[in-house]
Amino acid sequence: MKRYLLLCLIFVAGVAHAQLNLKVTKGVDNPTKIAVVPFTWAGGRLPEDLGKIVGNDLEFSGQFEAIAADRMLSFPRSETEVHYRDWKALGSEYLLIGSITQQADRYYASYELFDVVQQKRVFAKLTVDGTEAQLRDMAHHISDKVYETITGIRGIFSTKLIYVEAFTRPQKYRLMLSDIDGFRPRMLLETRFPLLSPVWSPNGQRVAYVSFEVDNKPSIYVQDIATGRRQQMTNFRGLNGAPAWSPDGQKLAMALSKDGNPEIYVMNVLTRQLTRITNHFAIDHEPTWSADGASIFFTSDRGGKPQIYEVNVASMQQERVTFDGDYNARPRVSPDGKSLVMLNKRPGTSYHIAAQDIKSGNLRILSETNLDESPTIAPNGAMLMYATRSGGKGVLAAVSLDARVKILQPPKQGDVREPAWSPFFK
Amino acid sequence: MITKALKQGLTLAVVMSFLVGCSNSDTKPVEPTTTGTATTAAPTETAAPLSSVVYFDFDQYSLTAESRAVLLAHADKLKGASVAVRLEGHADERGSREYNLALGEKRANAVRDFLVTQGVNGSSLEVVSFGEEQPAATGSDEASWAQNRRVEVKY
Repeated sequence: MKRYLLLCLIFVAGVAHAQLNLKVTKGVDNPTKIAVVPFTWAGGRLPEDLGKIVGNDLEFSGQFEAIAADRMLSFPRSETEVHYRDWKALGSEYLLIGSITQQADRYYASYELFDVVQQKRVFAKLTVDGTEAQLRDMAHHISDKVYETITGIRGIFSTKLIYVEAFTRPQKYRLMLSDIDGFRPRMLLETRFPLLSPVWSPNGQRVAYVSFEVDNKPSIYVQDIATGRRQQMTNFRGLNGAPAWSPDGQKLAMALSKDGNPEIYVMNVLTRQLTRITNHFAIDHEPTWSADGASIFFTSDRGGKPQIYEVNVASMQQERVTFDGDYNARPRVSPDGKSLVMLNKRPGTSYHIAAQDIKSGNLRILSETNLDESPTIAPNGAMLMYATRSGGKGVLAAVSLDARVKILQPPKQGDVREPAWSPFFK
Repeated sequence: MITKALKQGLTLAVVMSFLVGCSNSDTKPVEPTTTGTATTAAPTETAAPLSSVVYFDFDQYSLTAESRAVLLAHADKLKGASVAVRLEGHADERGSREYNLALGEKRANAVRDFLVTQGVNGSSLEVVSFGEEQPAATGSDEASWAQNRRVEVKY
């Protein structure tokens, strides 16, 4: 019976939720034009339109423009049916054709990419398969392959997003998981008390977050995403905040004020042994690891205003990293370890997301929205998502690290905040 | 070709479809509770008769003269009394969410330290911060922000 109940909980957490509706508000100046021919399918109605998902994915990157099906002059099913002049006439630089077949309960999607300008096939027919429930996964897989082939950058269309939805009257917080395009939202947790700071473990199997559910005080939890099973990692007096996984997934950096003041600590996830990293009467908060795990970046107001500092975990040597602006907080390190992304404010301006080149110290403002917070970087380092406000609601937004592409979620019921971009899944 | 992640997703999907019938009796989503950390009742929202809120300047956690006057009245009431008081620190919505939790705690600590210097027993004072999570005013303007940068003294 107990086992039955646990399975029920997993099911209940899978009920349908309103999905995010992320929209590209600004793409690159000259997007690559690609025609994704509707995938052929001999059966009845398919629950998903794979060609359309691939087109939407590529447009979501801000680097592509997908040519609408109703403008297409032909619908080739194989290389012999491809007439390059048809696609040149539409200005298309690439052409993707595909077909779906079914054997028992499995679907097989085969696809081929053509370079219209050079009039040649880019890659021979590839096939991806899955069940009906995995049709979207199959489409995202194709998007990744096409994106990487054309841009040379690994695609993020198969990655996931965790975010927090907050409602008032009655107060309610939900930890949500969805595809990176916002589709297939699934609830991981619901509580009446504040919920914040979700972060993915490096292997993509667990999420750490802060929940106020016990005595309306913050504690750090680690939850297994597939099973919903979770552990309360901390329950110290005062602040228990901002968990951050080490790159090897064995440690959690965090901020605790159990000794009277917010300080940075590192916890061994297995043994729960704590190591104190900072010791200063100012606020030391929001730790995040360098790409190699040798140091921790964190926010501190020890200089009078919040700024980012770096501490070497072995030598405990500390130095200030940000100097541009009177407010720099909530740092995140790009996957290549070269850039620091954070919340930045200059005197007289609003809060924006900025990127700083760690070596040179040069800082660039990336976002044009106001009251921005909580940046999270895509595992390919090309884009970052963050939370902002629009129409009086908390919404998610995204911007490419070169600031050329911008994405904004239209406001929906409740506030959406605290995005966490997953790592690549193996 | 199929990735391992797809296969895992399939397993979960099969489990879910198998369980279609099992949630009919309870449509309200429930938290997984496997560690015994049961959710407790909401904190009481009753306001104290004496002015129970002190306010702070932006990104500051030092007490204003006005706040000190209010807190002196509380100190007189609390001195020698064995009543438990909860000091709830808050911040406005601007800036980083986690950092604002620290700011709220620093504000509540400043109130606690002041009360202790006035002779109040520190062990009767409990500090908790909600950062920007529980605003008193929901607008995104200076008037709302000023109301939200506060410590609530709750008896």
